[in-house]
Amino acid sequence: MKLLRCPLNGLRNISEFIYGGEVHPLTDPRHQDARAWAEQVFFDDNAAGVVLEWWCHRPTSYWFIAERNTVTDQVIRTFASSELYAERVTFPRAGSGDPHA
Amino acid sequence: MPFGLLKYGLRKKHPGQHHFTPTKPLKSRYDVVIIGAGGHGCSIAYYLAKQHGITDIALIDKAYLGGGNTARNTAVIRSNYLTESGVNFYRDSVALYQGLSNEFGYNIMMENRGQLTLAHSDAAIRSFRWRAEVNQHLGVRSELVDRQTIQELVPNLNLAEDSRFPILAGLWHADGATARHDAVVWGYARGACQRGVELHQLTEAQGIEIEAGRVVGVRTNRGNIACGAVVQAVAGASSVVGKLAGIKLPIHSFPLQAMVTQPYKPVLTPHVSSPHVHVYVHQTSRGEFVIGGGSDPYPLYHTRATLDQREILSAATLELFPFLAQAKVLRQWAGTTDMTPDYSPIMGLSPVQNYYLDAGWGTWGFKATPISGKTMAELVATGKVPALIQPFELERFYRFQQVNEAGATAASH
Repeated sequence: MKLLRCPLNGLRNISEFIYGGEVHPLTDPRHQDARAWAEQVFFDDNAAGVVLEWWCHRPTSYWFIAERNTVTDQVIRTFASSELYAERVTFPRAGSGDPHA
Repeated sequence: MPFGLLKYGLRKKHPGQHHFTPTKPLKSRYDVVIIGAGGHGCSIAYYLAKQHGITDIALIDKAYLGGGNTARNTAVIRSNYLTESGVNFYRDSVALYQGLSNEFGYNIMMENRGQLTLAHSDAAIRSFRWRAEVNQHLGVRSELVDRQTIQELVPNLNLAEDSRFPILAGLWHADGATARHDAVVWGYARGACQRGVELHQLTEAQGIEIEAGRVVGVRTNRGNIACGAVVQAVAGASSVVGKLAGIKLPIHSFPLQAMVTQPYKPVLTPHVSSPHVHVYVHQTSRGEFVIGGGSDPYPLYHTRATLDQREILSAATLELFPFLAQAKVLRQWAGTTDMTPDYSPIMGLSPVQNYYLDAGWGTWGFKATPISGKTMAELVATGKVPALIQPFELERFYRFQQVNEAGATAASH
């Protein structure tokens, strides 16, 4: 079985992991029109080559990021999401008085 | 007798027929360039030439005729879908398949085997009843059947009540069928070539020329082609080719694996699929059991086979057909499925003028080969989107009007 290195738990069977989609910059949904929001939700690069993607180690619910080649299926690197996201992204709730809401 | 046959074969009086015209040099301009010479590309070319008299067509493929997912699917033809848009579309496709051998004068080995989907839970029975009602309303033969009928249809199916997932009922689809997938693409390509379409293998689209929002040409490894319209029919590489034209698609490409056993004498007539144990099985006319299931768990542009998937498919198959325990697996392979969020294709207009999409064929492309060719050809020839494929336009995602086709994959729903 293919093995994947979890930054938290080390080398594990790939069946312990779940694929979580491409890493996208998340934009504030309240500042987008419907088309941009649709694109954010449904559309992806689906690139053939080296991509960044979210993975989760299911037994520990640990989410991390993998750099993987989608043509050769080689995982180049896995790392904690804190490398890309230094702080938690929070959006003000709708109706919170935000002028852009 | 063998000697007579040999003599017949060697006589000059019965020369072998060339299916396709030899490759010509690439012209500098065509009316239409079709990217992808698989089932769909050939079908589009065929109907453009036959129904609309458009024959100045370059049918280009980076590899060879029908060598991609057309050769890798498991050749299931059925129309027992769940949405009205889906059922109407696939019903017309099955109807076209029925007449294809006669139309081509070329045997596509169409066999009306029927398809049986198994319910292992009350929830599944409820959804089957729903599907049967929708199907019957739209003129598709589809009915809920009990264990007794299942026993008669598939005598060697494991109907034991103490099995892990006992079979409670089934959805019987008498219109279910199979055909030789290579013959389908060859038949279409032959018909298209006979009418003047040029087939160019080993010709890869490397760029799309766009001027003022309108497609004007295709750059290939064999030179540039100017053209009036482009159709992309590249299941398994839709996102990659779409990107050449600057079109982003709501597609994720996953491998879908299948395998076949050694040949046995005929013992299984219909297609049998079980969404619950996640497998579908049928026996080909040469005796091999074709076994397929769900897609791989993560996206990949590679057609490798994995031991994991072989174990999963084998375990599921033995739930249904324990007598296959000693069967040897002869081949295992994968195709690339362009999965869309709503399990429906993306067909029709694109943001680029005169650039048409025939994409997002996930696990439902082979059965749609005739109707997608016919409707896409109509679109290219007339510029108007046929009503049958209107629900499948790319724009639906921007309007949040997905088709939500829960009957799309035999093994997952």
